[in-house]
Amino acid sequence: MSLDTTSARSRMLGRLRNHAPAAPATTVEALDASIDAHFAPRRAYTPLALSERIAQFQQMLEAAHAEVIRASTASWAADLAQRLAAAGVRSLLLDTACAEGQALAAALPAAVQARSYARPIEQWKAELFDTVDAGFTVARSGLAATGTLVVAPDANAPRTVSLVPPLHVALIHARTLHADLHAAVAAERWSEGMPTNLVMISGPSKTSDIQQTTAYGAHGPRALWVVIVTDDTGVTSAQPGAAQ
Amino acid sequence: MNTNTSTTAIPQMPRAQGQENTLHFVPTEQFRQRARAALDDPQLRKSFRGAMDFLQGKRAAQFPEADELEALRDLGEAVRQHALARLPELLEQLETKLRANGIEVHWAETADEANHIVHAIARQHAATRVVKGKSMASEEIELNHYLAERGVDCIESDMGEYIVQLAGEKPSHIVMPAIHKTKGDIGHLFEEHIPDTPYTEDVDTLIQTGRRALRRAFVDAQIGLSGVNFAAADTGTLWLVENEGNGRLSTTVPDVHIAIMGMEKVVAKLEHIVPLSSLLTRSATGQPITTYFNLISSPRREGEKDGPRHVHLVLLDNGRGQAYADEQLRATLQCIRCGACMNHCPVYARIGGHAYGTTYPGPIGKIISPHLLGLDATAELPTASSLCGACGEVCPVRIPIPQLLVRLRTEANRDPEESVAHPLRGQGANHSRSEQFIWRFWSGAFAHPRAYRALRWAVTRLRGLAPSQQMGWTQHRTPLKPAPRSLHDLLRERDQPQ
Repeated sequence: MSLDTTSARSRMLGRLRNHAPAAPATTVEALDASIDAHFAPRRAYTPLALSERIAQFQQMLEAAHAEVIRASTASWAADLAQRLAAAGVRSLLLDTACAEGQALAAALPAAVQARSYARPIEQWKAELFDTVDAGFTVARSGLAATGTLVVAPDANAPRTVSLVPPLHVALIHARTLHADLHAAVAAERWSEGMPTNLVMISGPSKTSDIQQTTAYGAHGPRALWVVIVTDDTGVTSAQPGAAQ
Repeated sequence: MNTNTSTTAIPQMPRAQGQENTLHFVPTEQFRQRARAALDDPQLRKSFRGAMDFLQGKRAAQFPEADELEALRDLGEAVRQHALARLPELLEQLETKLRANGIEVHWAETADEANHIVHAIARQHAATRVVKGKSMASEEIELNHYLAERGVDCIESDMGEYIVQLAGEKPSHIVMPAIHKTKGDIGHLFEEHIPDTPYTEDVDTLIQTGRRALRRAFVDAQIGLSGVNFAAADTGTLWLVENEGNGRLSTTVPDVHIAIMGMEKVVAKLEHIVPLSSLLTRSATGQPITTYFNLISSPRREGEKDGPRHVHLVLLDNGRGQAYADEQLRATLQCIRCGACMNHCPVYARIGGHAYGTTYPGPIGKIISPHLLGLDATAELPTASSLCGACGEVCPVRIPIPQLLVRLRTEANRDPEESVAHPLRGQGANHSRSEQFIWRFWSGAFAHPRAYRALRWAVTRLRGLAPSQQMGWTQHRTPLKPAPRSLHDLLRERDQPQ
């Protein structure tokens, strides 16, 4: 069976070319400017102080059925470890290569076993699906307007950590919060290079496919805990819009 | 892959469903009969009325400021029109960028070609099991049926899609596929098809049953198949929007990911998706954002531990090129598939999605289906509208749906022999010589005073010949009869000096 589709390609593109307008009605620069002109002034009306952005982020996440935990750099690991144990988590998947993962692993009581993602998924797929209770990730940043975690999975914290276990725990440093998606795309310069996979997460998995009744835990995590870590030095020192 | 290491009881997958019930489109020609049957089904009417009211309310709550909504719609329209104006160039750029990222790109001019491509990839990987995230493009090409005939099982993993697959049906809504079903229907369906499942109407229990039944499908499938909501040509990124997580699982856990995308969905830049994604989630389900935005830019890279090692994108034409060729009809391709037009359509609310007999029901279905299937198969659809304009008013990218409906009616009534700049497949499907004769006679009579006077004289004198049975009109009304004296005559009499 051939997978050569070049003749379909030339027919499809040829027909489009024959009928494409001579020039777009707007230039890409004008379009970019009108998008910026739409979002930027609206942000100016909304609270820009980090503390208010954190409050908005928390409120949106809670409205989406996520649990939000506010903690300081010094206290979050012990606090979270205790909550995990209380929730009956026995097996926690985390990234032992990052500082946050190490701190959490060190704080865990004996009842909670820390596991790292040591092997490629195909070597332990069924085990991953059936035996891991929770996955811990550190978000790259967040979007206050929609209560959204921006997660960029990598070799140490693969995609399935935030997806397969029934509980996803995400840590976010408050200083990485953006006002909205438009601000994040610009500040983090997404157009200059995207990771293999970038995920925006705005609550636990859900569905309203049965009679418009929302049920949580459709296929992804049933529960999402978001730990917002604020610097001990005080939140007001951070620059609005800054990411890391 | 070992499937027996599971420690939890997983019910046997009811996999044979797609094969036993071959899911063919019902002939669209029978639209009137199906519409009538739907109108006579009180349960169906209730399901849709409730769902439409709910979705309309949710959408309205997301757009409290009219100014912001209108400004965002302007942006959405501008982004889509800009992309369509540069479509051939953007498709090439997307292809180049995706290939550089390691994603293979295939071009399919027809549904059959697209099916062939997916099957060929399945053969390359000796795959027999495909787990699917939601994809209307795959519904459009009837992929499940095609693959089932060739020994490849497709399992729908979106809860709504899974429900309609179990029932041997087609989606009745593009965003909420099982919108026509009650929780009681689904309770019985699960009891019948999923082992060890007692009947329940509790939605949480039903969803957990679905989750349990489908869990194994993600582990066992060699291929995950998905649709695409948006593609950015500048970064080579596929942007998928969902709530359940089945889309992420389908595009992450199996070793091969195949995405199928209508070729119109590419935009120039990643930033351009920002307004579109906001319009999509707020218009579709009234959410500020969905649970997951899943942005895929490459297969698993060296050192990464999950994600598919092979990613394919199938670019689908399947009649879209015909809409593109015509300047007015090109606006059809601005669509971002939010479903707001059907949620606000008085016709859709009353007859439901299945009556249309097409993959895309409702107003968007009426304007896109003639390009996908030809006007000969769909000529009645553009007439199933009162032209109330609700669809055009809510469309987040300002597609002038009512105007396009009128245009398609014109094309369906046009003489099949007439030569036009951009002929549509099936032109003249509704063409009637007697109707055309009547219109010619009418315009002739009204354009020539002498003929008009003669006609007036005849009509007022022969009014007794008006039939007493006038088809639908006399079902609930008294028959129409010309007046004994014309307005012209009455006015002349009044103005005559006594």
